[in-house]
Amino acid sequence: MGSDAKHLEVTLETQVESVNLAEEMCLRMAEAAGFGEDDCYRIGMSVREGVINAFHYGNQERPEKKIYLAVDLTPDRMIIHVLDEGTGFKLSDVPDPLAEENLLSTSGRGIFLMRAFMDEFDVVPGKTGGAEIVMSKKLPTPGSSSPNGEGGQSSAPHQEA
Amino acid sequence: MSLHATNRDAGNITVVDLSGRIVLGEGSALLRKTIRGLLDEGRAMILLNLADVDYIDSSGIGELVSGYTAVKSRKGDLKLLHLTKKVRDLLQITKLFTVFDVFTDEHAALSSFEQPAS
Repeated sequence: MGSDAKHLEVTLETQVESVNLAEEMCLRMAEAAGFGEDDCYRIGMSVREGVINAFHYGNQERPEKKIYLAVDLTPDRMIIHVLDEGTGFKLSDVPDPLAEENLLSTSGRGIFLMRAFMDEFDVVPGKTGGAEIVMSKKLPTPGSSSPNGEGGQSSAPHQEA
Repeated sequence: MSLHATNRDAGNITVVDLSGRIVLGEGSALLRKTIRGLLDEGRAMILLNLADVDYIDSSGIGELVSGYTAVKSRKGDLKLLHLTKKVRDLLQITKLFTVFDVFTDEHAALSSFEQPAS
């Protein structure tokens, strides 16, 4: 991977197929950037969850709305933005899926998984008025990357308070 | 890779061999249809064999939980067999490992179900 920053921007339809498409695109970028297999899995899953969140919660599955995906590869990290056209939300309002009373909930684990799998994660107000998920993962340092992705990256999930 | 499901009976228990990805869309829908179909037939003792399922997203997790609660409400049980590492890790970080009975041996899994009183 060279030191030049790379940028990808895609406008996605609000449909299930967009989830797979976004995952595929980001997986290819992550592989090309030198991430190992485990980190590619975590990045792919996080992109899936980000786009599912935009599809279902943000855009309410309304086909006239769009999902905006942007990926930046900087010299030291991969940064992913997922923006929807919903009304936005606050992270503090998201229930903790690990709380005893939420363990049998059939939804609400996407944010948790993104936080667990990425190095940095935040939700900010987007320019569309919707929510913009911003998440990043540090690129493997030269010589630390291994085929199974164990080099240099923490795999321990962490849970918000 | 889409999801495939094959049912086989072991007495009053149904083993569902799944392969592919349980994700938003067809995968989650097929799992829901399979479990609901078994419940409609009165078969509420279900063992999901996930040996060939190497990917589950939050939608798939939700469907597993939904199936579990639906089966429990019919006085049945839903247990998991042969988790791949990724699926096992996912259930651990979401604390669902504490909810589901998980087995690595099919015979032990089948023996763990409560047998109907004769």
